[in-house]
Amino acid sequence: MSLRTAAAALTLAACLTGCAALTPKPAPAPPVRINADPYPSTYQRYPGAVTVIRHATMFDGDGRKIDNATLVFADGVIGAVGGSDLASPAGAVEFDGTGKFVTPGIIDIHSHLGNYPSPGVESLSDGNEATSPARPEVWAEHSVWPQDPGFSRALVNGGITTLQILPGSANLFGGRSVVLKNVAARTTQGMKFPGAPYGLKMACGENPKRVYGSKGNMPQTRMGNIAFARQVWIKAQAYKRKWDRYDSKGGDMPERDLAMDTLRGVLAGQILIHNHCYRADEMALMIDMAHEFGYKITAFHHAIESYKIADLLAREGICSAMWADWYGFKMEGYDAVKENIPLVHNAGACAIVHSDDPNGIQRLNQEAAKALADGQRAGIPELSEAVAWTWLSRNPAKALGILDKTGTLTPGKMADIVLWNGNPFSDYSRPERVWIDGAEMYDANNPKKRPVSDFELGQPGEGDTK
Amino acid sequence: MRVFRSWVPAFAGMTMIVSAPAAAQTIAITGGTVALGDGSEPIPDGVVLIRDGRIQAAGAMRFKLPADTVVIDATGKWVTPGIIAGFSRLGLSEVDLGADASDDTNANGPFSAAIDVVPSVNPRNSTISVNRADGVTRAIVAPSAGRSIFAGQGAVIDTGADMDAITAARRFQVVELGETGADKAGGSRSSAYASFRNALREAGQLGRTQPASGGGAREPDERDRPVVRDPNESRTYTARRNDDVLLTRFDAAALVPVLSGRQYLLVHVERASDILNVLGLKREFPGLKLVLVGASEGWLVADRIARAGVPVIASAVNDLPASFEQLAATQSNVGRMQTAGVKVSIGMIDDNDTRNLFAERQYAGNLVALQKIPGATGVSWGEALAMITSRPAEAMGMGGELGSLAKGRRADVVIWSGDPLEGASAAEQVFIDGVAQPLATRQTRLLERYRYLPRRDLPEAYRH
Repeated sequence: MSLRTAAAALTLAACLTGCAALTPKPAPAPPVRINADPYPSTYQRYPGAVTVIRHATMFDGDGRKIDNATLVFADGVIGAVGGSDLASPAGAVEFDGTGKFVTPGIIDIHSHLGNYPSPGVESLSDGNEATSPARPEVWAEHSVWPQDPGFSRALVNGGITTLQILPGSANLFGGRSVVLKNVAARTTQGMKFPGAPYGLKMACGENPKRVYGSKGNMPQTRMGNIAFARQVWIKAQAYKRKWDRYDSKGGDMPERDLAMDTLRGVLAGQILIHNHCYRADEMALMIDMAHEFGYKITAFHHAIESYKIADLLAREGICSAMWADWYGFKMEGYDAVKENIPLVHNAGACAIVHSDDPNGIQRLNQEAAKALADGQRAGIPELSEAVAWTWLSRNPAKALGILDKTGTLTPGKMADIVLWNGNPFSDYSRPERVWIDGAEMYDANNPKKRPVSDFELGQPGEGDTK
Repeated sequence: MRVFRSWVPAFAGMTMIVSAPAAAQTIAITGGTVALGDGSEPIPDGVVLIRDGRIQAAGAMRFKLPADTVVIDATGKWVTPGIIAGFSRLGLSEVDLGADASDDTNANGPFSAAIDVVPSVNPRNSTISVNRADGVTRAIVAPSAGRSIFAGQGAVIDTGADMDAITAARRFQVVELGETGADKAGGSRSSAYASFRNALREAGQLGRTQPASGGGAREPDERDRPVVRDPNESRTYTARRNDDVLLTRFDAAALVPVLSGRQYLLVHVERASDILNVLGLKREFPGLKLVLVGASEGWLVADRIARAGVPVIASAVNDLPASFEQLAATQSNVGRMQTAGVKVSIGMIDDNDTRNLFAERQYAGNLVALQKIPGATGVSWGEALAMITSRPAEAMGMGGELGSLAKGRRADVVIWSGDPLEGASAAEQVFIDGVAQPLATRQTRLLERYRYLPRRDLPEAYRH
């Protein structure tokens, strides 16, 4: 700085302080609103007929079973649910569901389809931004490859109509998740579930400390995990205060920080926390951390030890996303019990069956069947197939913040429906037809009613039953 | 194919057959739905008679039971042979990740084919008890490939609650000749095949000059002589063993029984073209007793596999193009191969292979489900059960000993709460070699401890 400009600056500073009393302070500039949805959903439902399914056994996803049920849907939404006396609208396409079962589409709250797609080659593996323990600035939707052939298997074999794609668990803060309709599209935005809130993937335990500790970086221990995360939340709280003030009072726009934007959304209750956490003691620590900084944990994922603290989880209103019988593949998964899911349910907490796996996502109904049977054998009261279906659709919808739109067969909700060729709690049953927003996206009897990804065109097995 | 028992002398020093303790008693399981495991459909109200650790009789028969027979009423239950995990790493790992040396599946030392999986098998691993409690009574246990395409020698084990887990040691050698093999050999299938040929030639040379076991030097067997169609296939290999060998002497010696067909060779490949390459090895090395492992694209060349008479241990339900060698993967693979006449059994290839072997029966049920899907090829219920009982035993040449309820087989029997191909059914009683097995596990103990959470006079740690 030259002497002359330094002198000028001094004069200006003097005037700014000394002259303020003489001239009225200019009103602060009104706040500029930041676009909170810069990659908006472009999903549009496909056309569907006015449809009636009769004589099927229904699990409505809300804990009820209806024998000889009638289900009516049109214009993408469920019209009516009832018994055999329910009348059909004029011109409806009718399906005879005798011997078949109808349910809400299954919702997988934990999938890496698209960000760890098939084929599992390096070029397509985009699930972990393992370059810093805190990467809340990354968004899973910017990694999802919509041509992953796994989406079609999840649809036709698994009856999956909605799924959440999460970043991996290398980081304490893994980034934003995205909720998708399982409808093939050219772009990921074309699959985005309209109006679904964002999630933020967090992780505790072994993975972050292994990934960074092995590089000689923090965190190297579980105490390092917590310390690192707390430091980030402290920063996020300050960021939120600054931006809240700006949003209400305007003035000079604070500097934007993508990572902090996401955490501010969490602190404001707009972005839901999906927390990878296996062990009971660590879940309790994560709960205290949430209280310390004033956010809420929506769901613990891979919650193998939820049964040890099911009472605490019920009190806190936190869901657990669980496997039926995975165990022991790592130390924090050592204490699995096969009754975890029904025990969590029995404690009055929210139980969810999840996959985290492109094969497992094709059989979540069978995973629920095993968990249900294990629970019943253990004598856990008031379990039934109808109750177990809440683990597959209602509870994940609740944890994704979309229960007002899907997850149960309730009039007015999206017509996300699976017609099974037998009882879906049997290994011998498969989806026969799947509708998403009332559009038939799969028909087992029609090879043209089966999605085939770009990747599979011209490859051996193109269009085959999978 | 020589039968299992007659192998015993030939295997002296190479394979140890451990006979498990047999309970000297007669047990009759009556009134249940009995499935024999040989591919036949279940028999209602059947009987299974166990005597001295062996199956005496099973099926829809009526006979006078000897005095002092222990009768188990299985009315409303299902009775089957124990599940045999077709391809696994059971017993090798207590915890797979981040638990240091509790995992014995890594093999990055200097040896390859010489590795014998037996010392790694811990009968006290909790994985064994968890699978036993779910009706898995035997497992084909393979080592993992380390630096070489050869993983070493695998065993057949039982899951009994005792310290004698090994049913047949060194029953087979494992080699990787697909993507994994290419990677181990330096980056291409061509290098994997060069490594393979080199190794077998070294073994051949060793076999001719210094037999690995028994007797003196034997004359070259006519079967060892090459049928030369391609100069690269020639094994006329007269040069003396010199310093540029890629195999340790111990590894080369371990391949002698593979070359002569006294030990099975399990070859992991997935791609259709890789399968044909493997079948072609029989031309060059006629003594090989091949078993294909994986074979996700087997259905594309099913007639060729059937014609070669090579059994397959396949993944049941993998239907994703998870790699470029599995582009044609479909759940119909098993059914299509079986329809073509291939002897197929189910394994857990790269699928929770150290611990979730109990999933095989659920997978088998899924193959039954395919019968109702237009365009898919499923398998019958009886065949699906056989694929997780007798077929894997037969692939190991042990069908006369294990895997079915035919007379004389080892009495590995499970009484199920219901249809065993439903994952929701549970094993209620498990017998191995006729011995009733405990079904408690760490998991059942944890359930007891945490089933009721309200605070009591002492912490949970005092509930035991």
